[in-house]
Amino acid sequence: MKRIIYLDNNATTAIAPEVYQEMIPYLTELYGNPSSMHTFGGQIRKKIEESRWKVAELLGAQPEEIIFTSCGTESDNTAIMSCLYTNPNKRHIITTKVEHPAVLNLCKWLARRGYRVTFLPVDSLGRLDMDAFYRSLDDDTAVVSIMYANNETGTIFPIKEIGEVLRERKIPFHTDAVQAVGKIPINLRDLPVDMLSLSGHKLHAPKGVGALYVRKGLRFAPYLIGGHQERGRRAGTENVASIIALGKACEIAAKELEGELITISYLRDKLERHLLKACPDSRINGDPENRLPNTTNLSFAYVEGEAILLRLNEHGICASSGSACSSGSLEPSHVLRAMGVPIYAIHGSIRFSLSRYTTEEEIDTVNEIMPKLIKDLREISPFGKRELESCKPSSPSYSTE
Amino acid sequence: MTLFSFSVKKTGMWEYTDKVREYFLNPKNAGEIENPDAVGEVGSIVCGDAMRLTLRIDKETERIIDAKFQTFGCASAIASASALTELIKGKTLEEALKLTNRDIAEFLGGLPKEKMHCSVMGKEALEAAVANYRGIKEVQKPEENIVCQCFDVSEEKIRKVAIENHLTTVEEITNYTKAGGGCGSCIPKIEEILKEIWSVKAPPKKPLAPKRLTNLQKIALIQDIIENEIRPRLQADGGDLELIDIEGNRVILSLRAMCLSCPMSDVTIKGIEERLRELVSDEITVEVA
Repeated sequence: MKRIIYLDNNATTAIAPEVYQEMIPYLTELYGNPSSMHTFGGQIRKKIEESRWKVAELLGAQPEEIIFTSCGTESDNTAIMSCLYTNPNKRHIITTKVEHPAVLNLCKWLARRGYRVTFLPVDSLGRLDMDAFYRSLDDDTAVVSIMYANNETGTIFPIKEIGEVLRERKIPFHTDAVQAVGKIPINLRDLPVDMLSLSGHKLHAPKGVGALYVRKGLRFAPYLIGGHQERGRRAGTENVASIIALGKACEIAAKELEGELITISYLRDKLERHLLKACPDSRINGDPENRLPNTTNLSFAYVEGEAILLRLNEHGICASSGSACSSGSLEPSHVLRAMGVPIYAIHGSIRFSLSRYTTEEEIDTVNEIMPKLIKDLREISPFGKRELESCKPSSPSYSTE
Repeated sequence: MTLFSFSVKKTGMWEYTDKVREYFLNPKNAGEIENPDAVGEVGSIVCGDAMRLTLRIDKETERIIDAKFQTFGCASAIASASALTELIKGKTLEEALKLTNRDIAEFLGGLPKEKMHCSVMGKEALEAAVANYRGIKEVQKPEENIVCQCFDVSEEKIRKVAIENHLTTVEEITNYTKAGGGCGSCIPKIEEILKEIWSVKAPPKKPLAPKRLTNLQKIALIQDIIENEIRPRLQADGGDLELIDIEGNRVILSLRAMCLSCPMSDVTIKGIEERLRELVSDEITVEVA
């Protein structure tokens, strides 16, 4: 197989070799059930608690505030539903238009079942409309769920400012930090967040494991009912090997994060700067000032994202796009639409997301291939400057809700 | 002959045939003919795909001597446009017009069903170019009855594509024309159009409840609505209920499965009450046992 240049790390990441090594015994000889009374099982319980401690360490939390789940989506669903169960008289939910479907579609589902949901708008750089946020708060608000950083553009939201307001008003605050954990430092010791979701496979642990942070003292209602695992807060036999993997991945992240942040953002900037210069009529989507260090979302006018992706695919380069054709439906990215990105730019949007394993050589290869690839596709395209000017920058007629 | 024998291989994102890939990576006849005899333009940058076809036509024989395309769109749009130019070169306009979107898809060894609209776009570009050559102006445009606002699809187009390709479901219409693939608000209208095309007579609507029901009739009707309409809907969301008793206009239910732990169950009960009032009698009340 051709060598792969993997620049789609916001979709999923490679399992770190150290993480993989750590898992193996628990997939082979150490197969005991952590709930068992015998030492064979008990030693595994100890290992899980060690893992919990490592996850807490990375977040600046206490181990008993960490619940292991099966994925980011489960963490998000658990958090929001818990707030609704524990505040049965409140019927208002606040979230944003640019959430991951794990939150967005749950909120739409709840809206169809009698809840009032405010979907906060963002500006053209993907920054949260804080005025709208302040206006939306009321005594009926059961939960606010706002993502830490956006998966498509990398834009980081002002979680601290939001949290402070909500703490004062005693409104539970959940943040989906699936894209942020392991990429930027998070310290819950001075971050007023009540619940935080993370997902293993976004930080070099395997798929099928996640965690939910629940601040001590917050009322909590479990989502899965059954056995006493996770102190009754999440029933179901533990995904032992993956939980241990997640702990290891967090341990590595805690150690390496600061350094990685610098090298990864250096490579990201090198890629971005070159492509913007070498491809005329291209642009950044997102807030260049306040972004995840590994993410760049670029739009190339006159060409369509899926065509770009498939041509990149021929070179073994993996990226993703917000265009309609590549989304699996006919609707282009809800995030870019919420930002009011001109429709031609949405169709031509490409996201590159890097990881600690991205090399400078790989970035140089993409920088070499991409401009020619865009030029080739533009030669086939019927569009040019003229059409662009007549294309209104307004968002298309179909709506997000 | 099977129409779409998908000898398809997973390419990662979509299921494209080797031929689609080949025509996408190395498109034939890409570009523009200078001073063309005919130009056909369809689609728009807003809709996400568009195509411009230019033709060189022998005036005597009306034979297409050369054809070139420009396409904005995904891999299958580019491959379909390229395939179209290969198919029509050397044909007379009459012969070319006999081509269908299925011929384009077949030439490529089949297209994934979600991508059939790309072949339809090719066929439309050809029709537009021929109309342009024959001096037919796009007169009816403003009078077209647009069904899908998101993708600017007219009723005429939906009818035409549905009949030509034997399409019977909204999903198929979306795959072939994109109509209904945006906000979805036109889906009832598309259903109506399909019903009109394919049914000799639309099935009669479920008769509304007669004015006066005997107690037995009322019980039977309520049971029927709960069993056949309400329970399947709840079960789809992991919930369920059981009909415990009916006393006059009092319907007594017991919640089951997810409904038991659901914080929205009172909303659900309210909804059931409204539905029963609508279908059975205004006086129905629903209670939980």
